[in-house]
Amino acid sequence: MSASRSSAAFWTGFAVVLAVLAIAPLVLPEFWRRFVTEILIWGLVAMSSDILIGYTGMVSFGHSAFFGLGMYGAAAALLAVKPPNLWLALAAGLAAAAGVAVFVAYFATRLRDIYFAITTLIFSQIFYVVIFTWTEVTGGENGLNFSQPPLSFLGLGSARFTPETLHWFVLAVVTVSYLLLRRVTQSPFGKVLQAIRENEPRTRAIGYNVERYKIVAVMLSGLFAGLAGVLYAIQNKFAAPDFVFFVVSGEVVIFNVMGGMGTLVGPVAGAAFFLLLREGLSRFFTEYYLIPVGLIFTAMVIFMPQGLLGFLKRRLN
Amino acid sequence: VLEQILIQTVNGLVNGMILALVASGLTLIFGIMDVVNFAHGDLVMLGAFVGATTIGVTGNFWAALMVAALVIAAFGAVLQVTALRPLLGRDPLTTILATFGISLVLQKYALWQWGPSARKIEEPISAQFSLFYLKYPWYRIATALLAAAIIGGLYAFLKYSKYGIWIRATTQDRVMAGAMGIPVPLVHTGVFAIGAAMAAASGVLFGPLAGVTQTLGSDFTLRAFIVVVVGGMGNLGGSILAAIFVSLLEAYAALAVSPAQAVIVSFVVLILTLLFRPTGLFVPTPK
Repeated sequence: MSASRSSAAFWTGFAVVLAVLAIAPLVLPEFWRRFVTEILIWGLVAMSSDILIGYTGMVSFGHSAFFGLGMYGAAAALLAVKPPNLWLALAAGLAAAAGVAVFVAYFATRLRDIYFAITTLIFSQIFYVVIFTWTEVTGGENGLNFSQPPLSFLGLGSARFTPETLHWFVLAVVTVSYLLLRRVTQSPFGKVLQAIRENEPRTRAIGYNVERYKIVAVMLSGLFAGLAGVLYAIQNKFAAPDFVFFVVSGEVVIFNVMGGMGTLVGPVAGAAFFLLLREGLSRFFTEYYLIPVGLIFTAMVIFMPQGLLGFLKRRLN
Repeated sequence: VLEQILIQTVNGLVNGMILALVASGLTLIFGIMDVVNFAHGDLVMLGAFVGATTIGVTGNFWAALMVAALVIAAFGAVLQVTALRPLLGRDPLTTILATFGISLVLQKYALWQWGPSARKIEEPISAQFSLFYLKYPWYRIATALLAAAIIGGLYAFLKYSKYGIWIRATTQDRVMAGAMGIPVPLVHTGVFAIGAAMAAASGVLFGPLAGVTQTLGSDFTLRAFIVVVVGGMGNLGGSILAAIFVSLLEAYAALAVSPAQAVIVSFVVLILTLLFRPTGLFVPTPK
């Protein structure tokens, strides 16, 4: 009884949020319209990393690699194939992110806890150095610029992206991703991941192949982060090495901690909170906005380890 | 070619000793309180800036070295008490997160305080000697020797002094050490201050070799992380050997490719280590 009631409450909330996000571009001014689209994209990265951080208990400092390779994969497809094709860009970005994810997953899952965090950090730095120095292919420091592909459906013709259709496209992709990820976390596979988080030796003792589950978790997470990278590339029409730098990975971890790990929705809220904080504070502090943001983040790690969502939940109960 | 290799050997050893000084502080802090200090490189950077400022006032490099070490040690103690003491006993992962936040703050603070342009620290020893076809500065050799002396001093301190024994006891068993009357919280703060002072000293020593900028820190953090994982986390001797090993390899690689790409060599070393010796290259018996 209560299960079905909470499920009804969930779907009501989901429909309300979705409706608000769908109407948002029609009522918001240009700047905030763009801002909401960006929150959705970073929210998707945050959700993808929550699969690792919140559900499996592996803190990844390497999500910038997945995100960045998604960007560069999309850029490669958009530059190489004329006329640019949206779905080809999507496929190429996902393929690039998946390739990186296989590599990272194979090596990094051999390690646990802090060692995993450090190795993912170093792996993202490997890709950063490669992209930064391989100027002929990646454009080096300047990155790659390309034109936006038109929004096309197979056999249904195509149209140029307007800010509204881009927002709805991003919203559709992020919503589908959210539902998929939510399904994954509730599936037997997701339960095993949570078992690994709670007690890895016991999960192994029960007979689960922990390493294999971890590898799949990293790949899944990397794939969705790459998807977000493709969306970001399409929105901004460039791919830049800055997005592969580990500071971006750190920001993704900040989203998780601020919003509340292990809830999927929390990290999205965290991303929104972080981006709003950055927007608000950078008006007073210009480029030094990271000083107050860093202090708030550190304080939250110490005093509010459940994040905003967990804090609110506990307050309401 | 042989001459180039020998020159790069000297370069690698010098860089390796500075890196070893950074990494030994990092590994000491991890060993005793399970804190992965993401802000360690930023302490190097702050130390270098404090040193550069002190030189501007006093004009004396060695005074600056001492001042930087003391100031950053005090700062480290404050940092430990305010940000890390509350996290004691929690998952080590939370310490990475907290120190990551601190690292962001310190980098931007340095940018705000000292500006974006690189500062140059003058070499206190300007004499050079001829090494094959080039003039090699004595300062670099002095740096390596001084770093070795500081690490040797740390080793002797840990091995023979009363407080060193306190530190080792706390590393082995925090609860038991407390029961034996060792003021464990004070030992933690002290060790963090020592690690911070070593970071600051390496910052000042490194200053004359390259400009001091606020991004100096993250570079050191990454390299120190690699070294500490390759050497075995919390293993002091392993970290020092790994620092020299990785720096030598990078120096040789710089003969063939650009220095920016030579970093990839240390990444490869790390991957191979993780594959075959996940507990560290220099740990006698892998668990």
